[in-house]
Amino acid sequence: MSSETQKILTTDGIPLEVSLKKAERRNKIKAFLLVAPLLLFLIITYVFPIGDMLLRSIDDKMVTEMLPKTFKAMEKWDGKELPEEEVFEAFYLDFRKLVDEKREGKLSTQLNYTKNGFKSIIKKLRRKSKNFEEGNYKEQIMSVHKRWANIEYWQAIKRRAPAITGQKYLKGMDMYQNESGEIVSVAEDRRIHRILWLRTLEIAFFVTLFCFLMAYPIAHLLATLPMKYSNLLMICVLLPFWTSLLVRTASWMILLQQQGVVNDFFVGIGLVADDARPEMMYNKTGTYVAMTQILLPFMVLPLYSVMKTISPSLMRAGKSLGGTPIVAFWKVYFPLTIPGIGAGCLLCFILAIGYYITPALVGGASGTLISNQIAFHMKSTLDWSFASAMGLMLLTGVLAIYWVYNKLVGIDNIKLG
Amino acid sequence: MALPKHTELHYRIWHYFYLFICGSVFFFLIAPLFVIFPLSFNAEEFLSFSDGMKSLDPDAFSLRWYKDMIYGTKNPWGLAAKNSFIIAIFATIGSVLLGTVAALGLSSRHMPYKGIIMAVLISPMIVPLIISGVAIFFFMAKAGLAATHTGIVLAHIILGTPFVVITVTATLSGFDHSVTRAAASLGSNPVNTFMKITLPLILPGVISGGLFAFVTSFDEVVVVLFLAGLENTTIPIQMWTGLREQLSPTILAVATCLIILSTLILVTAELLRRRSERLRGINR
Repeated sequence: MSSETQKILTTDGIPLEVSLKKAERRNKIKAFLLVAPLLLFLIITYVFPIGDMLLRSIDDKMVTEMLPKTFKAMEKWDGKELPEEEVFEAFYLDFRKLVDEKREGKLSTQLNYTKNGFKSIIKKLRRKSKNFEEGNYKEQIMSVHKRWANIEYWQAIKRRAPAITGQKYLKGMDMYQNESGEIVSVAEDRRIHRILWLRTLEIAFFVTLFCFLMAYPIAHLLATLPMKYSNLLMICVLLPFWTSLLVRTASWMILLQQQGVVNDFFVGIGLVADDARPEMMYNKTGTYVAMTQILLPFMVLPLYSVMKTISPSLMRAGKSLGGTPIVAFWKVYFPLTIPGIGAGCLLCFILAIGYYITPALVGGASGTLISNQIAFHMKSTLDWSFASAMGLMLLTGVLAIYWVYNKLVGIDNIKLG
Repeated sequence: MALPKHTELHYRIWHYFYLFICGSVFFFLIAPLFVIFPLSFNAEEFLSFSDGMKSLDPDAFSLRWYKDMIYGTKNPWGLAAKNSFIIAIFATIGSVLLGTVAALGLSSRHMPYKGIIMAVLISPMIVPLIISGVAIFFFMAKAGLAATHTGIVLAHIILGTPFVVITVTATLSGFDHSVTRAAASLGSNPVNTFMKITLPLILPGVISGGLFAFVTSFDEVVVVLFLAGLENTTIPIQMWTGLREQLSPTILAVATCLIILSTLILVTAELLRRRSERLRGINR
């Protein structure tokens, strides 16, 4: 007898295996359909726009589209000597078209990003080019301003030929591509972004460290106290957690200002003189203090939920086996809390690295972070492609940390309240 | 935590030192909130305690900033409060509907690609708000929804759903699926089973997810800063503007109201959490 005759059949005569697979598939589709609306919603309104940021950050079509003939003529140009007449002619034709469409201002702004000094010579060219005679455009353009006879400016134009560019990312790291195409750092005194990246990392690191040092004892106390006391103390953690971020920032602004409560207290106990009240706000100190208090609950809660599961008899066992309380704590208790420490620290760090509101309000000039720079370019300079590039650089960092978090703790283990 | 009588002196000292540290940290956490409360009743225009207040002179206290908040001329708070509530309520409804349904699918053991889908669904919680703000702004600008209530509500649904997904999946993890099978075997259709059996059991999780979504929307300022026009101003936006320009005691009056609101939300959330734990205890 072959095994085929032994196949179990359902009442409809279909083999059980097939029927089961069908049911499984149906269940899979059912489960997926439940998730589908939210997934679709998020993909359209959130995931695609983040992709859009990526496109914007490398998009450089504007100049490519404005000077199509010039770039075509430039293909043959080796960039070592001034270009030939045909490049000048193509540039003249493109430029006249832009002037007719009143778009030459945009071109000058764009080219000025690549090399300073384009603004004035393009203005001059617009005025003079009205009276240009046909033929010999090279001479005529070069006579408008001596910079038009400078090869560096033509090289700068040529660098804008590709439709995509990584220069916004370079700018985010205070680097740029020089005339010969090498990637170099900007002058030392103009490296603002590197300072911001480092400061963001530094503040996020120390805020996380302070949060950990403060959260560990109180999480331990909350986990070991009898229920009725710990519930009461838990309110001290949860009330700030649920209170508006702006309210908490406002209260720090009141506390830390020069005529504020903390300064009054310092003067009162004679720590500082009344006329020498220290500046505690609009600098790094303000950012540190306010951010630590605001992020502290995010450290306490994961630590607490892990410590709650550690049986007190383990510590007693450690002590009864001859360990001093310190040894018992270090060898038994502490290793068991490491998952909580990992979760809390990474959560705090991720939140701190992207902080915007609090540093903007209490940070002043020396306490602002990379997020503030992104917001500045979104709202003030309107250089959205640069804001996108910086945002994506930050996002890459956060996703890397998030990946570590997932490996260490697992995303499913995030606990709230 | 009374110490046993035989405790040695240095452990005793260490123990009280530990309690002192804990006390200081709790003070650091909670005290800043209580500074706002008395100062919002200040009769003067300053944001520090006047001598009258220190000596508890009744004349030094007044309700003028609360009056200013409600009746003040060119008062932005009324419109802001109205907008905030409308936006938060619709955002909560949207988040709860989408999030709960998705959580039901996610906690099914048949769900394919669970890990990656979960990562996408909770990404708005992990990605820094400033980046979410930029991305959502680009989308809303393209869709013509910038500076509209609809746009802000949609943005807040994006930010709120992760909380609902997480709390509801957590509740469902302790859910005994044999009760739904029992309902099905008794002839109930899936929708009826959900409404009569599943929903009442997971309701605490759904409501506390909803609370998270509500608070997220009500407190959100970064994304709204990119999206809001003059008509869509919200309480956080007004506070942000106020704190940047000049700190007026009216802001403290508003802040006090917000603290009271958050206390109410905290109490509700705690009660729900305990109820949910009790229910899960019964299921085991």
